[in-house]
Parts: sequence; C-alpha cells; structure tokens
Amino acid sequence: MNIVFAIIAALTIAAAVAAMSLRNLVHCALALAAAFAGLAAVYLQLGAQFVGFTQLLVYVGAVAILVVFAILLTRGSEPPQKSVLSSGWLGGMVVAVIVLGVLVFAIARSAVLHGPVPAQPEATVQQIGDALMNKFVLPLEVVGLLLTAALIGAVIIAMKEQK
Amino acid sequence: MSDSLDQIFVTLNHWITGFAPGPWQPVVSALVSVAGIIGVFASLFAVTTVLERKGLGRIQNRYGPNRVGPYGFLQPAADGIKALIKEDVVPRAADKVVHYLAPLMVVIPAFLVYAVLPVGRNMVLVDYDAGLLFFFAIGAATELSVFMAGWSSRNKYSLLGAMRAIAQMISYEIPLILSAVTVVMMVGSLSTTKIVDAQGGYDSIGLGNWFVFTPWGFAGFVLFMIAATAETNRSPFDLPEGESEIIAGYYIEYSGFKFALFFLGEYMGLFAISGLGITLFLGGWQAPIEALEVIPSWGWFFAKLLALICVFIWIRGTLPRLRMDQLMNFAWKFMLPMALINIITAAVWHFMQPGWERWLVGIAFVAGSYVLLGRGLMEGKKLEKRTYRFAE
Repeated sequence: MNIVFAIIAALTIAAAVAAMSLRNLVHCALALAAAFAGLAAVYLQLGAQFVGFTQLLVYVGAVAILVVFAILLTRGSEPPQKSVLSSGWLGGMVVAVIVLGVLVFAIARSAVLHGPVPAQPEATVQQIGDALMNKFVLPLEVVGLLLTAALIGAVIIAMKEQK
Repeated sequence: MSDSLDQIFVTLNHWITGFAPGPWQPVVSALVSVAGIIGVFASLFAVTTVLERKGLGRIQNRYGPNRVGPYGFLQPAADGIKALIKEDVVPRAADKVVHYLAPLMVVIPAFLVYAVLPVGRNMVLVDYDAGLLFFFAIGAATELSVFMAGWSSRNKYSLLGAMRAIAQMISYEIPLILSAVTVVMMVGSLSTTKIVDAQGGYDSIGLGNWFVFTPWGFAGFVLFMIAATAETNRSPFDLPEGESEIIAGYYIEYSGFKFALFFLGEYMGLFAISGLGITLFLGGWQAPIEALEVIPSWGWFFAKLLALICVFIWIRGTLPRLRMDQLMNFAWKFMLPMALINIITAAVWHFMQPGWERWLVGIAFVAGSYVLLGRGLMEGKKLEKRTYRFAE
C-alpha cells in the first residue's frame, strides 16, 4: 500500500464518517462532497481518468449541489437538538457488520486476489467511447430514454398549470 | 530565429530543470511550470483590473483610476496592500470553518484548470487524454464553494446570492458543455492539445482552419461565450452579485484579503474560460494567416485572450442586468435548444462532402434555428419602445 493511497483513503473515510455523524445537515452534505472528491482521487490514482473526472463532474458538481438545495428548500438549517443516532442504531450496526462480513468474505475468496496481477490496461477515452457506441449501445439508449422521460416528467411537474 | 523565440519558455524550463539532480527533474519542471502559470495569470489579473476600471470609466464618461502611478497603472498594487492590511471581519453568527474555507475553495479550482490549457506550442502543463473533461469537472467544484460562502455568512443577502449563483451556474453549464461537444465530435478527442492541433493548417483562401470559421463553430462559439459570461457571473448575468439588489451577493460578509481572493478567483475563472474558448474555437495558439506565424505561438494565445477580455469589458459596460425569469427563459428556451440543434448541424457538416452545399446547409441550419427560436421566445410578449417620464 503506497503513501498516496493511504492519505486519500484516510481523508475519504474521515469525510464519510463526518457526513454521518455531524449535527448540522449542511456540514454533512459538504463532508459528503469531500468524500465524493476522495473517491474521484482514488479512481485517478488507479489510472481511470475518465471515471475519475466524471465522478467529480457528476457527484461534486451536480449531486452534492442537489443535496444542498434539497436541505435548504425543505427544512430549517438549524441543527437538531436530539441525538444524531436514531433509536434503532444497534440493529443498524448489526446489519452493517453483516454486510461488511459478506463483502470481505467474497473479496477474500475471489480469484482476482490469488491470480497473477494483470498488466494495467491502457483505457483511453476513445476506447470507452467506442465501447459505449458499439458494444453497449442498447444499455446506453435505454438509460438515455429513462433520463429523457425523467427530464420531461420534471418539466411537466414544474410547468404552470394552464388555466 | 522565430522558432527559438517560439520555444523560449520551454527552453528556459529545460535549462532550469537541468540544474536539479536526476530523480528530482520532473518535480522541478512541474514546479517551474506551475510558478509560471501562477505568476503570469496573477499579473494578468492585476493588469485587467486596471484595464477594466479604465475601460468602464471611458464607456460611462468618467475618469477611471488615475492617481496611483503613471495613468493609474499602479492601482492594483495599492489595492493589494490595502486588502492585506485590512481587518478580517468574521460575523459572530457565521459558520467559522466553512466561512474560512470558502475563499480558498474558490481560488484553488480556478488555478487548477490552467493545467490543461495549451498557452503555446509545447506549452501545456499536463496533456490529459480527457483534458476537456478535467476542465469542466474542476470548474463544477466552484458552485459548491459559492454555496459555502453564501450559506456560512448567515446573511439573507448572501444566501440569496448563493441561490441565484447556483441556479444560474447549473442552467448555463448545460449549454456551455453542449456547445463544446461539437468540437469534441469533430476532433474525436477530449485532449486540449489534439483540439488545437486539429485547427492547424490553412484553407483555400489562406485563412486558418479555426472552428469559428464554420457555421456550427460560429454558433458554438457565440453560445459558448454567452454561457461563459453567465458561468463567471459577469454582467449582464451578474445577478448573484447585483450590487443594487443584494449588495454583493455571496461575498457580502467577506473583508480584507478573503474578499480579494474572491475577486481573484472570479477573474481567474474568466481568463480560464476565455482560454478554453480560444482553445476550442479560435485555434488555440495558431496564427490566423500563414504570414503571421513569425509572431510566437504564446504571443497569439495571449493576444486572443486580451481581445476576449476587452470584449467582456465592453459587454459589461454596455448591457443592463437581466431579470431572474429572463435569465432562466434565455437559458432553457433559447440556449439549450440552440446548442442541441448545433450538435445536429455539426453532425450534418461532418458527413457532407466539402463544398458550397455543405456551407449552405450549415448556414441554413444555424440561421433557421436562430430565427425560429428567437421568434418563439418573443411570442406572446408585447415588446415596444420603452417610454420614460422625466421630471420637467
């Protein structure tokens, strides 16, 4: 494990923990944005430029803004007086530990860990574009259709009622 | 001779790097380039503030700054010293940490995006395969920092300004990126250096192969520059600041050097997005005609940059501020469809044989969509000459 990865991982996890445990919701949203940026840094460190930049563009640029907007428009930004932990925190903890256990079990048994380390493939943006437009064109079109439908739906909801 | 002048900064960088021991050379080379970028663009910021104030003064029939130094050109130094020694006032109710971080978060992305701008031949800091995406991804981070500034000040005007800024930036980011997509379609690459290379060479009448000299490129350039004006919150899209409405918007509660940092970040964003417009549509560092190639490539880039800055100053001094509903209508009902049609125009242009038919179809697409969308936007509005009543 190299030092750059250690720093990025520590920052990302710290931001994620802060996003869960801070009292002020806007602080949580900002910490979440920092965690998103940390993930993007991990992708970049793995050599996945396109995924890393897209992560920044979509999550920090759009999703975080959406979260912040939703918080501001729906409720007061005053921090809540009661505890940040919900009453069912014990059950949640058990579920989280079980999920973690399953994931660790699956990863530890996976063939990727035990086989030889494959050479790092050089995925250029051009290759990603080719793959999207040829091999995966149907999923891409389906996603496009879904997003267009969502967009039109949002406009219809937001439109002023005629008369 | 002209070649050595063209590469003078590259040679200089190599020369300085040569002094460093072997393994440190890449680091030193990067540091020298970064220092160059920060030094050049920060001094351009100083020059631009004077130019802007003097230019606006000229347009508004008054003197600009003319007291400090010859013709007032030392004004930025005086302003800088003033900003440094001013008291840093933080409101008692402010969210201290976020309030402190916001100006830094404005300035850092503003400087980061220069990494992918080719300012001359062989003069780009990192040649990312996805350079254009890097620019937009880092640029998108500014929105969050504007929100941080507006929200953490605990001031209703600053919050209003931040809300306006975010709504405006998100709306205009879509036409900004869509108008850049046409160039990516033509070049087939997201790398900024490849985009500039694709605009090299000269056509039959001796004009450079810049994208702005095609119908789709011209429409794309105009759309890009309008969206860029909105992205950088400059007049006529300066609603987030709107001095007469919400005083200074999201940075109302900042004083001293933090305020100067916002100012710096804003101008850095302006230069960066103008530089991207030059890279995408105005041929980057390429000369317009072959005879003018004696002027070094970096000279061309900065000449184009200064020309665009002058246009921005001119627009700021000329146009009144838009209203919020006009701003949104313009973005969603005109800019967005126009940018989408422009993508189709570019595709048609790409698949037609070179010749006058291609020009005819391209111009018909652009002019037709412009006229139809313009008419559609004005429909149902009673536009007439405004009449004023004066006190006699």
